[in-house]
Amino acid sequence: MLHLMQRMANAAPRPSRRSFLKLSAGAAGGLLIGVKLPGSLAQAAEGAASDQMFTPFVRITPDNLVTVLNKHLDMGQGNATGLATLVAEELDASTEQMRAEFAPADNAKYQNLLFGVQGTGGSTAIANSFEQYRKAGATARAMLVAAAAEAWGVAASEISVKAGTLSHPSGKSATFGEMAAAAAALDVPGDVTLKTPDQWVYIGKGFPRLDVANKTVGAPNTYGMDVQRDDQLVAVLTRPRAFGATVASLNADEARKVAGVVDVIDVPGHGVAVLATSTWPAIKAQGLLEIEWDESTAETRSSDALFDEYRKLAQAEGPVFRHDGDAAAQLEGAANVVEETFEFPYLAHGMMEPMVLTIHVEGDRATLWHPSQFQTSDQATAAAVLGIPQENVTVNTLYAGGSFGRRATPDARHVVEAATIAKIWGKSQPIKLVYTREDDTRAGYYRPMGVHKVRAGLDADGNLVAWHHRIVQQSLMSGTAFESFAVKDGIDSTSVEGVEDFSYAVSAFHGELHSPKVGVPVLWWRSVGHTQTAYVVETMIDRAAEAAGADPVAFRRAHLTRKTGSDAHDADNARKLGVLDKVVEMSGWGEGAPQGRFRGVAVHKSFNTYVAEVAEVSRRDDGTFKVEKVWCAVDCGVAVNPDNVKAQMEGGIGYGLGAILFDEITLTDGHVDQENFDTYRPLRMEDMPAVEVEVIASAAAPTGAGEPGTPPIGPAVANAIRAATGSVPSVLPLSKAGLA
Amino acid sequence: MIRLNVNGEDREVDVDPDTPLLWVLRDELQLTGTKYGCGIAACGACTVHMDGFPTRSCQTRVSDVEGAKITTIEGVDGKAASAVQAAWRELDVPQCGYCQSGQILAATALLAETPKPSDDDIDAAMSGNVCRCATYHRIRAAIHRASETMEG
Ligand code: FES
Ligand code: FES
Repeated sequence: MLHLMQRMANAAPRPSRRSFLKLSAGAAGGLLIGVKLPGSLAQAAEGAASDQMFTPFVRITPDNLVTVLNKHLDMGQGNATGLATLVAEELDASTEQMRAEFAPADNAKYQNLLFGVQGTGGSTAIANSFEQYRKAGATARAMLVAAAAEAWGVAASEISVKAGTLSHPSGKSATFGEMAAAAAALDVPGDVTLKTPDQWVYIGKGFPRLDVANKTVGAPNTYGMDVQRDDQLVAVLTRPRAFGATVASLNADEARKVAGVVDVIDVPGHGVAVLATSTWPAIKAQGLLEIEWDESTAETRSSDALFDEYRKLAQAEGPVFRHDGDAAAQLEGAANVVEETFEFPYLAHGMMEPMVLTIHVEGDRATLWHPSQFQTSDQATAAAVLGIPQENVTVNTLYAGGSFGRRATPDARHVVEAATIAKIWGKSQPIKLVYTREDDTRAGYYRPMGVHKVRAGLDADGNLVAWHHRIVQQSLMSGTAFESFAVKDGIDSTSVEGVEDFSYAVSAFHGELHSPKVGVPVLWWRSVGHTQTAYVVETMIDRAAEAAGADPVAFRRAHLTRKTGSDAHDADNARKLGVLDKVVEMSGWGEGAPQGRFRGVAVHKSFNTYVAEVAEVSRRDDGTFKVEKVWCAVDCGVAVNPDNVKAQMEGGIGYGLGAILFDEITLTDGHVDQENFDTYRPLRMEDMPAVEVEVIASAAAPTGAGEPGTPPIGPAVANAIRAATGSVPSVLPLSKAGLA
Repeated sequence: MIRLNVNGEDREVDVDPDTPLLWVLRDELQLTGTKYGCGIAACGACTVHMDGFPTRSCQTRVSDVEGAKITTIEGVDGKAASAVQAAWRELDVPQCGYCQSGQILAATALLAETPKPSDDDIDAAMSGNVCRCATYHRIRAAIHRASETMEG
C-alpha cells in the first residue's frame, strides 16, 4: 500500500496546468475527450501506449448520446448527475441526451485530484471535478463546432450551440451525433474558454437526476447485489464473533447437506465460507455451521469496559492538537466555567445494500463487479492477494445502495475476503461474496466510540475566554495507507476535525487527543470526526450562552463577529454567520417556538461547507422527544445542482438524526450485540421531521454536500432538548436516557 | 416444482419449499428489482404485492404463495403505480435508490386503498419501509403528489 501513500503525498497537480487532448476514437466510434496528465504521473506512464495517458471523460456517439464517464462512485449522493451537469453545461447539450457511466479503475486517468488516488469520499466529488469536467465539456463543444464549420464551409464563430443542436444563421443545423465522427478526426484545441457564471444554464439552476428513472422501475444490473454471472457461486462468509479470533474447530456436516451448497471452506484469517449455487442455500447453510472460535488473540473487551478506560484517559494529559494562549490560567480566572464529559458509541453504517462483491479470476487476470468506492486500493488489493499485476484487475463499478463511508476501506477487507475465497476455491468461476445484514452489522469498521471532556470559561461580561477540550478516540488512520498523510505527531486529523479549527472568538484554546488502541476496526462514517466534535462544540456553546445569560443565537453571533486574530477563522466565521442568519430568518427564531415546542440551533463547518440548522422538538407523554421540524441553511459555494444539495441536506439530517436518537454498537466480551434492524434501529418514516433547506447563493468554488448536513443535527436537537429540560444530553444515543 | 404467478405469468421453479420468495424472485427468476435488506421483515426492501397486499418476500416461503398473484416492481402497473412512479421522478425521490422498489410498492398499495392519505396514514403504511438515505421527506411529498395526480 506504500504507493498509495506516496501518491497521496504528491499533491495533485493544478488543473490549470492540464491540457486537453483527444483520444483515438473509441470502440463505439465518435468523439472521446480526455485530459493529458502533466508532471510526474504522466512521466511515470511513459512508455505506455500514448492513448492510455489520456483520461476519457466524455463519449459522444452517432446516436446523439453524450455519456459522461464518472470517475467517482455514486452511492446516492448524485455525483453521476453532478458531473454530467458540468459537461452538459459547457457542451450546451440537452438534458435528455446525457448519460452517465462509471469509469474503470485506472489511477493514472481517473484519480480524485484531492486524493491522488481514484476514490470517493470527504464530500470531494464535485469539488475536485469542477474544472476538469467543465473543460472536458468545453473541449468537446469546440471540436463539434470546428467539425460543423468545416462541413458547412462557414466560420466557427458564426456557429451557435443550444440544447444539443449546432446551428448556423444560414439555416444549417446538426445534432452532436451527426458531427461526432467528423469532430473526432480533428485536432484538439490547445485551450478552451469556460463560460462565466452568468452564462450558466444548468449549473446552479437544476438538472434532472439521470439515475432516477432506473431506480423507480427496479432496473436490472444496477447494484452490486444484482450481479449474476454465468456459472456464478454465492459465498457467505462467517466471521468471528470477536475481532481477531480464529477458527478452532469446524463442523460443517449439516451445512453441507443443504441442497445447492457446493463446498464449505476454511478461509484462514477471515472465517468460514459457504459456497452455493445461489444465495438462499448459502445463507441457510451458514446458520447450520458449528464453529468454535479461538479468542486468545482477539479483542475481548466489552464496550462498557472500554468506556471506563476512556473516562480515565479523559482525566489524563495527552498529546496536544492545538494550543493558543494559556487556557489553564484563563479558566482559573474565569467568572464562570461550564464543564461536561460526553460519550459517543460505536456506530455501524447500516447502508441499505449490505457489502457485496463479485470476483472472477481467470488465469493471471481478475474482474471485479461491485460498488467500488476506492477503486485504486480495491484493484491493488485484489492484485496483491492473487499475485497478479494490478493492471490485470478490471474493476466494474456499479451504483451503491448507500455507503456513508463503509465501502471505502483502506485495507479493502471485503476485496481481500473475496479474492482469498476465489484463490482457495481455485476454479475459474465467478464468486459473489454476499454479506447478510447480520454479517454487515457485525463486521466492524464502525464510527469509533469516543469520550470528550470540555471546560469552557467565561468572563464577567459573558465573553468566552477559555476552551479546554480533551478527546479520547481510536484513530481511524493509524496503521492504514493514509497514516503518513493524516497522522502527525500522534494526532489523527480525523479525530480532531471540527474542533481543531474552533473559530468562535476565545482568548485561549487548548486541545488534547488520546488515541487508545482497540482491536475493533473503525472507519469514517458520514462526516467522520465531525459527528462527535460538532455535537460537543455546539452543545457546549449553548451551555456557555446559558451561563452568560444570552440567547443561543445572540451568543453565537457575538462570538462569530468578533475578530479572532486568525484570518482563516474570521473568514469561516463570516460564512458561519451567513448560514446562521439565514436559518434564523427561515425559522423565525426571534419569535420563539410555538406552544409545546422547543428549539435548538447549531452551526458547523465541515468539508469546507457551512451549515446551520434549527431543530424544533415536542415532548411525548412518555418523556421521549419527537423532532418535528428542521430548518437548514447551507453554503457550499456554487451549488451545481441546488435541488440535489437540498436532498443531501435532508438525507444527511435524517441519517444523523437516526444515529443520535437510537443507535449504538455495543460489545459484550468482544462480541457485537447488535445484528439486524431489529436491534440496530433505523430512522423510520414517523421519526422523520419536516425539513426546509435553503442554499446560500455563492460564487465561491463548490465544496461538498454529501456529509455536511449531518454534523449540526445532533447538537441542534440536543440544544432543543436543553430548552425543554434544562440539561444537554451528554451520552448518546438519546434513547439510552429515555429521551428517544 | 413449485408453481408461481408472477407479474401475470405462470412460472415454475425447482427450489426447496422453504426458500423465501425473495430469493426465488432474485436468483431463479432474475427479477432483481426486489431487494434484500434484512431478511427478517424489518426493512421493507423486499416488498412485493401478493393479491394486491404489500408483503415482505424475505419472510414468505415460496411454497406458501402457490395460487397467489405476485406483483413485483418490474410488473406493477395501474393508476396508483403510475402516479407513484411519476411523482417519484418528478420530485427526484431516490438517492441510492436501493429501498425504492419497496417504497414504491408500499406507496402504491396505500394509494390503491386510501387515495387521499393523511400524514398519519402515510406514517402507518410506510413505517415498515426503511430508507437509510432518509428520503422520507420526499417520499411523503411524492405520495401526496401522486394522490393529487390520481384525482385529475
Ligand atoms: S429484506 Fe425483507 S423486510 Fe428487509
Ligand atoms: S434511497 Fe437509499 S436507502 Fe432509500
